[in-house]
Amino acid sequence: MNFQDEFRDRELVRNMAANIRRMAERLNAPATFMEVCGTHTMSIYQYGIRSLLPENVRLISGPGCPVCVTPVDYVDKAIACTTDPGNIVATFGDMLRVPGSSSSLMEERAQGADVRIVYSPRDAVALAQSNPGRRVIFLGVGFETTTPTIAASIMDAARLNLKNYFVLASHKTIPIPMEVLSADPELNLSGYLCPAHVSTVIGGNAYKQLAERFHIPCVVTGFEPADVMQGIEMLLAQILAGESRVEIQYSRAVSWEGNPKARAIMEKVFAPCDAAWRGLGILPGTGLAIRPELAVFDAEKALDIRVPEGRENPACQCGEVLKGKLAPFDCPLFATACTPESPVGACMVSSEGTCAAAYKYGR
Amino acid sequence: MCLGVPMKVISRVGDDIVAEVDGVSKDASVMLLGEDVEVGDYVIVHAGYAISKLDEEYARETLRLMKEVFAPEDMQ
Repeated sequence: MNFQDEFRDRELVRNMAANIRRMAERLNAPATFMEVCGTHTMSIYQYGIRSLLPENVRLISGPGCPVCVTPVDYVDKAIACTTDPGNIVATFGDMLRVPGSSSSLMEERAQGADVRIVYSPRDAVALAQSNPGRRVIFLGVGFETTTPTIAASIMDAARLNLKNYFVLASHKTIPIPMEVLSADPELNLSGYLCPAHVSTVIGGNAYKQLAERFHIPCVVTGFEPADVMQGIEMLLAQILAGESRVEIQYSRAVSWEGNPKARAIMEKVFAPCDAAWRGLGILPGTGLAIRPELAVFDAEKALDIRVPEGRENPACQCGEVLKGKLAPFDCPLFATACTPESPVGACMVSSEGTCAAAYKYGR
Repeated sequence: MCLGVPMKVISRVGDDIVAEVDGVSKDASVMLLGEDVEVGDYVIVHAGYAISKLDEEYARETLRLMKEVFAPEDMQ
């Protein structure tokens, strides 16, 4: 068993599709399920999951791509970090082409700015170690999967007594936005395919309030095609039984408690704060800021980075796409003015963006 | 961004492991994992850190349920 191929079995997925169609015949009203994880978005397009579902079972994507929900001001701050030749900006590759108010990190790099793509925050710490005369600023973007890895890098930097490692933090947590969207009458959601790897950290218990208070079925679902099909089947079974509770389909990796050690490291470094989401606005308590006692690693405080208020392209509809209210194909810019080579909005940039996935696999 | 890959642990020294998938091997850290990890275990690696250990028993149970509920003869 390699934990991948077994869950990509074509025959298995076909049988599951037949069962889903049969269950869907018993629905009183069409069902709309939302996923809030960029890897689900990609997987659903890549494996053509929508084409296997009956018309009355609809899948939509929510705010699951961390790069996409990060507002334009953050990109402007990252770009501001590149202007000092003493700085090296280190980032995951996804951030590189996200448009800021007037430029992107990629454009700045072409003009000579020192922007490096790293695979892990560990690499950014190593970069700081090997460049003692310069400041390394890591772009800390991501949900609960990624935040512990960045917290670990800050603890490593503290242990190594590094004075030249900083994080420009814009971390977010996913359960509260899910509550906001489940209360939206326009979306009228019937259930959530809860994120797989975020849940390895926060655990199935993190969605209990959502399921109970908003009466919405929640299934923590894996990323392989058979996982997604089983997640949909479990959501349909809850609807047909009139239930709304949390279930874990992805039990091979996710427990009810999650990963307490990763959470403890995250909580040691970060504290909740209000956060701005593209499309959703400012949501109290949904961000994570570096704790004041670790401010020497906080790029925004230690390096005093300030930028004017950001300007989004007024034609960009990413905000509506991220709320699941607009399909990529219904955006007037999609595949015309906005393409992966020349993106107008973040959803077309990130490898996990809804528009990028639709562009690559959906047409 | 949250992309994680199931990888097999092929060596471990302290918190540092080397993990492998499809012939590609990567260095990673197990400092975020509370569970014990041994050579031969599968872990999900995200951004250079193992964030979860995969449970073979649960994986087999999931597959069994998928196949049991969705047997072809059940579709007639």
